[in-house]
Amino acid sequence: MSVNQISVFLENKTGQLAEITKLLAENHINLRAISIAETADYGVLRIIADDAEKATSVLLSHGNILSMTPVTVVAVEDKPAGLSELLSLLSDGDVAIEYMYSLFTHQNGKAYMVFRIADEPAFIKLLNSHGLTPATAEELDLK
Amino acid sequence: MSNYYQPEIETASYEQIREWQSERLVKQIKRVWDNVPYYRKKMEEKGVTPDDIKGVDDLKKLPFLTKADLRDAYPYGLLGAPLSDCVRIQSTSGTTGKRVVAFYTQNDIDLWEDCCARAIVAVGGTKEDVCQVAYGYGLFTGGAGLNGGSHKVGCLTLPMSSGNTERQLQFMTDLGSTILCCTPSYALYLAESIHEQGIIDQIKLKAGIFGAEAWSEDMRRDIENKLNIKAYDIYGLTEITGPGVSFECEAQTGMHINEDHFIAEIIDPDTEEVLPEGSKGELVFTCITKEGFPMIRYRTRDICVLSREKCPCGRTHVKMSKPMGRSDDMLIIKGVNVFPSQIETVLIQQGYAANYQIVVDRVNHSDTLEVLVEMTPELFSDSLGKITEMEKILVAELKTMLGIYAKVKLVAPKTIARSEGKAVRVIDKRKI
Repeated sequence: MSVNQISVFLENKTGQLAEITKLLAENHINLRAISIAETADYGVLRIIADDAEKATSVLLSHGNILSMTPVTVVAVEDKPAGLSELLSLLSDGDVAIEYMYSLFTHQNGKAYMVFRIADEPAFIKLLNSHGLTPATAEELDLK
Repeated sequence: MSNYYQPEIETASYEQIREWQSERLVKQIKRVWDNVPYYRKKMEEKGVTPDDIKGVDDLKKLPFLTKADLRDAYPYGLLGAPLSDCVRIQSTSGTTGKRVVAFYTQNDIDLWEDCCARAIVAVGGTKEDVCQVAYGYGLFTGGAGLNGGSHKVGCLTLPMSSGNTERQLQFMTDLGSTILCCTPSYALYLAESIHEQGIIDQIKLKAGIFGAEAWSEDMRRDIENKLNIKAYDIYGLTEITGPGVSFECEAQTGMHINEDHFIAEIIDPDTEEVLPEGSKGELVFTCITKEGFPMIRYRTRDICVLSREKCPCGRTHVKMSKPMGRSDDMLIIKGVNVFPSQIETVLIQQGYAANYQIVVDRVNHSDTLEVLVEMTPELFSDSLGKITEMEKILVAELKTMLGIYAKVKLVAPKTIARSEGKAVRVIDKRKI
């Protein structure tokens, strides 16, 4: 069960990020997660929006370059060692992470982590074997 | 008192020079007609035969050659002598993927080295001198030409090639170099390194021969003051022979063209009409002694002025001004010829948008080249690693094409400045 992440090309110059968040705000799009990977000259903005389809069309119509990437969201206990335990499972199961960041959402004593894993089926299988499942779009209130 | 390497040639009367030129041109055109089918075809298309060429005054009847011809005829189409008589090539950039390859017979190399020897003697060089050649060696003509000229004069020649400043300075001080040959920007860089290290007292330089890129009178004074030398310009291009096509004398007011080997004309770049002496226009050369690669009416694209005013040095050969610009879009970066079309070729091959911008600057006396490329949806990836990898490949491909490093900067789409709907391809921020 994956969630749609939008990756946007960012030129490294002042105001780029503000321009994008303003655009999303004007279209009443709420962000559930945000992460930036960057080099000296450019970056990739990764967002999870409450309405991915709308966010995509708004960004595209304003000339942004983007791609959609399926990511997996997993709930962890919102307490010390919550994340550590999950990562140990991945490590022991030999599942490599491309990148990871956190969702803003906290509910029912849970925090949520976003994972980009090259071998997603192996990841899901590993989670299932430990009685875990990825969070659903519904659970995260995503359209 | 002036010094000459070949006094009888360098101070010959105008009439004598014209006589040599006429005689050599007639012979050269016959040779080219017989040996270079590519040029013969051009002559036939213009309805000219060798019989029509009786002297210098008939030069204007002949068709021009351009960089496009060099590309079309690559590699052997303009060869003027049997390949078995050629002993060397030198090479420079073409306008796109194909480089210009020039062929030299042993005689061509001898005459070229004579031209460079004239330049060295003109700046006061003798067999007592230690001549440090810090132009690049290899395919580039700079190192090879001055190296050969230095041998002919009998200087102790230091074939340093370009770069490795520490080693340059060590040899310069330990072996007491008296003449330095390199690009003017590198000369200035060396001068500043010398001052930073506080070793100016150990420098024995008296003169420098600096060419292969544009430089101003201000830059000349700067180099002269910092190194306590006289700084002289030298001009040339691989197509014609390399450095030594023309050189400056003690008067420092233009470069004497070696007219016994090269006939110079100034034309209007648009109408191709020959302009009267003293007019500003495009410089055109005809090689009258070259065998391997005999360029006839080759359009250099350099804009300059010729002058036959009497020179205090006693040389009689016509003087050309420093090139004042180009009639095409060629850039000279770190002494290397760069055409925007070369960069465009690489971008398209690598799947980038042809919308790009070239930014040239000079930082610490060294030219920098940056290529701004707009990101496209096709090339974009969520993975930073993939984008960086792609960028690395582009940098490597540009290096292969241009021979120099270009920094690549990926920018957002539609951000490259446009004026009147036409993209501004080149921004040259250098203040020369």
